[in-house]
Amino acid sequence: MDTLREYFFPKQVSTFAADIDNLFFFIFYSSVVLFAIVVFGMIYLSVKYRLKKDDDIKLTSSKDHSNILEALFFIIPLILVSITFVWGIKSYLKMVIVPDDAIEIKVTGQSWFWTFDYPDGGSTLNELVVPSNTPIKIVLSSKDVLHSFFIPVMRSKMDALPNRYNVMWFDAAQEGVYDIFCTEYCGTGHSQMGAKVVVMKPEQYRTWASELGADDESIPLDELGAKLYTKKACNTCHTLDGTALVGPSYLQTSQMWGKERIFDDGSSTIIDDNYIRSSILEPQTQIVAGYQGVMPTYQGLLNDRELDALIAFLKSLEVDSEI
Amino acid sequence: MGDNQKQNYLTHPKGLMSWLLTLDHKRIGLMYLVSGVIFFLIGGLIALGMRLELAAPGNDFISNETYNNMYTLHGAIMIFLFIIPAIPGALGNILLPLMLGAKDVAFPRLNLASFYLYSLGAVFAVYTIISGGVDTGWTFYTPYSTQSTSNVIPMTIGVFIIGFSSILTGLNFIATVHKMRIPGLTWYKLPLFVWALYGTSLVQITATPVIAITMVLLMLERFLGIGIFDPALGGDPVLYQHFFWFYSHPAVYIMILPAFGIISEIIPVHSRKKIWGYKFIAYSTLSIAFIGFLVWGHHMFTSGQSVFSQIVFSFITYFVGIPTGVKIFSWILTMYKGQVSFTPPMLYALSFLFLFTIGGLTGIFLGAVALDIHLHDSYFVVAHFHYVMQGGTIVAFLGGLHHWWPKSFGKMYNHTIANICAVGVFLGFNGTFFPQFLLGLRGMPRRYATYDSQFVELHSYSSFWSGILGLSIFFAFINLVWSLRKSNTDDPGTNPWGAMTLEWTHTTSPPHPHNFEKDPILEHGPYDYDKVIVEPTYKK
Repeated sequence: MDTLREYFFPKQVSTFAADIDNLFFFIFYSSVVLFAIVVFGMIYLSVKYRLKKDDDIKLTSSKDHSNILEALFFIIPLILVSITFVWGIKSYLKMVIVPDDAIEIKVTGQSWFWTFDYPDGGSTLNELVVPSNTPIKIVLSSKDVLHSFFIPVMRSKMDALPNRYNVMWFDAAQEGVYDIFCTEYCGTGHSQMGAKVVVMKPEQYRTWASELGADDESIPLDELGAKLYTKKACNTCHTLDGTALVGPSYLQTSQMWGKERIFDDGSSTIIDDNYIRSSILEPQTQIVAGYQGVMPTYQGLLNDRELDALIAFLKSLEVDSEI
Repeated sequence: MGDNQKQNYLTHPKGLMSWLLTLDHKRIGLMYLVSGVIFFLIGGLIALGMRLELAAPGNDFISNETYNNMYTLHGAIMIFLFIIPAIPGALGNILLPLMLGAKDVAFPRLNLASFYLYSLGAVFAVYTIISGGVDTGWTFYTPYSTQSTSNVIPMTIGVFIIGFSSILTGLNFIATVHKMRIPGLTWYKLPLFVWALYGTSLVQITATPVIAITMVLLMLERFLGIGIFDPALGGDPVLYQHFFWFYSHPAVYIMILPAFGIISEIIPVHSRKKIWGYKFIAYSTLSIAFIGFLVWGHHMFTSGQSVFSQIVFSFITYFVGIPTGVKIFSWILTMYKGQVSFTPPMLYALSFLFLFTIGGLTGIFLGAVALDIHLHDSYFVVAHFHYVMQGGTIVAFLGGLHHWWPKSFGKMYNHTIANICAVGVFLGFNGTFFPQFLLGLRGMPRRYATYDSQFVELHSYSSFWSGILGLSIFFAFINLVWSLRKSNTDDPGTNPWGAMTLEWTHTTSPPHPHNFEKDPILEHGPYDYDKVIVEPTYKK
């Protein structure tokens, strides 16, 4: 049973995961039995009563009902689905009733990354950090279209809506780094809108939370830029190796430094620090020819030093293109 | 063949205009069949393209944008241009009046109008494809669909127009069943395919207006900026989901009920046995059609409905499961003490029982709210509805096509090739979609153009088998079409399977332009294999 569970499901990390997997296996084994009856009945009857080569065609039985069989077909599935229904609801209630002492983390979906705001200030992008053995309440919303926040190991999922908050919660029993997926279709970058949840020991989490937002002051700008490049999800749409994804590659922009860039309305500008700054803060005003204007604004998501850092990082790529 | 061939609906009258302006239900049905199958093959090719891309992680052949267009078109074409209009439109049109002993449907001109509305809608859909596609998913969820720069408008206009075709066909069928039966053909003597079409028609005329209104509201929002669904304009995206699924869940029964009808014909005929539980199957068709209206909320288990709604929708969902389960047992027990022949239609019917049972049982997993939260919008759902829609409806459609092909065209196809293809469809289908259940359980979300390397093994397996599935379907059609060649002299006769219903017993193959040369008189019920022997006119 355990090997089958490991084959079917991702790890059980949340406290209610085991219950949900058990519900699955209850339905699974009931279904296997019912399915076996169907397939056996089908093969047995069709083979036993097959018309053989030299059989004559004759009148066949007029039997077309059996009260006992029909009652059984009705009652047995009824019992099974009743158990399933009640179990499904009981487990569901565990999933929706959030414990009072839960830590509340605000999760915002935006095409195509996740922002996490922590109760003691500070925020992260595409990396949710939570303490283990502590209930975590996730308050979800979206800045644009629908998204859905799915953590397979927690067996938990909820849509992020642009006009109201949705709530989900989990309590992770095991430290580790696990996948987060977006499961509501949200456009071009939908399949890249992944994130990670990092579950750490509570004491480790406290240290981490207190340092959040305070770092990054001392390291050189281009190194900070390299960190931000992944941390702020720039890498979802922009590569460093010259291939074009949703947006132009950083490497290409870096190699064109000081040269002219053409926009989709026919206008153009010289690539310089100010151009990069405005294309991060106001991406919709100038759209590079051949691309779609789908980048969200990073206004408010990056401070001045972080902007400087990203620009420095981008400039460093041309010289240092093995990154 | 002899004299029959001289006067049949295919050759009389002649000329292009006699087809374009025909009021003959059989010709209209045939036009639905041809256009439906063309769209089916296009939708299938798109699916194979997607499977090719998904054989390995990363963007190997196509970009995210192209993938999103492809999966949207695959869904929209299969649902709006093939399954919903073409199955009742093709098999329903050809068979309904014949089964009732009628000369035509109640309103032949309206019937032609339905076909032209369908064609007009299809023109909009084709325009959408040619002019760059649409990337919202066939569900057109807001606010993405109000903001997307792709061709949402022409596609929704197409869906809107096809909706009217669906409503008019439904209306026509209901009037036909009520008014056009020959004397003595009482409700309980109707073939179950007629009951199924009747149930389908009821859903068509009651549910379709809702999708039409929803599409109009969506267009108003895009054209005039009236806030209905887009929060940026003051609307509510979850309201859209309610509207959409209030139609689209009943639409599932528009798609599956005709398949139930087909299976209820094939199994008794090829088992030469009275159908098990006639009344139960007839009434469960109607009750499933009704309950189908009350379960739309199970498509929204993760959208943040109230806990109370979740519980109620989960509860009602199970009420669809139980009558469906009893139906499956009835079809199986029909073979008890019969004389079963493993003909191509029968192989498809048995394949249907296997696949649809998996489709139905996996629905039970999804109806349990707590488990659905994990499985929602994952590949488990993709596998589930393909088992119902393709393993159920399309396999039944292929079975029905092989069953009524000799009646419609007066030619018999090659049975060996047809059987090999039926087995190929069965194996290819399971190979393609069974791994997707596992993908979903392991957390693979649907509508992903690329995926994490942990899923690669199951994805490549699925892609490999999809090739087998595609080839089998393709050759099944080639085999059917090939049977129409002039040199094929394999004459099925009027009643190759020894069936009991009027389209087999009282008319030629292919039927006379006016269906019956003289008014048919009902001599026995549709499944009286215990009372009368009707000799098959075709021996292999």
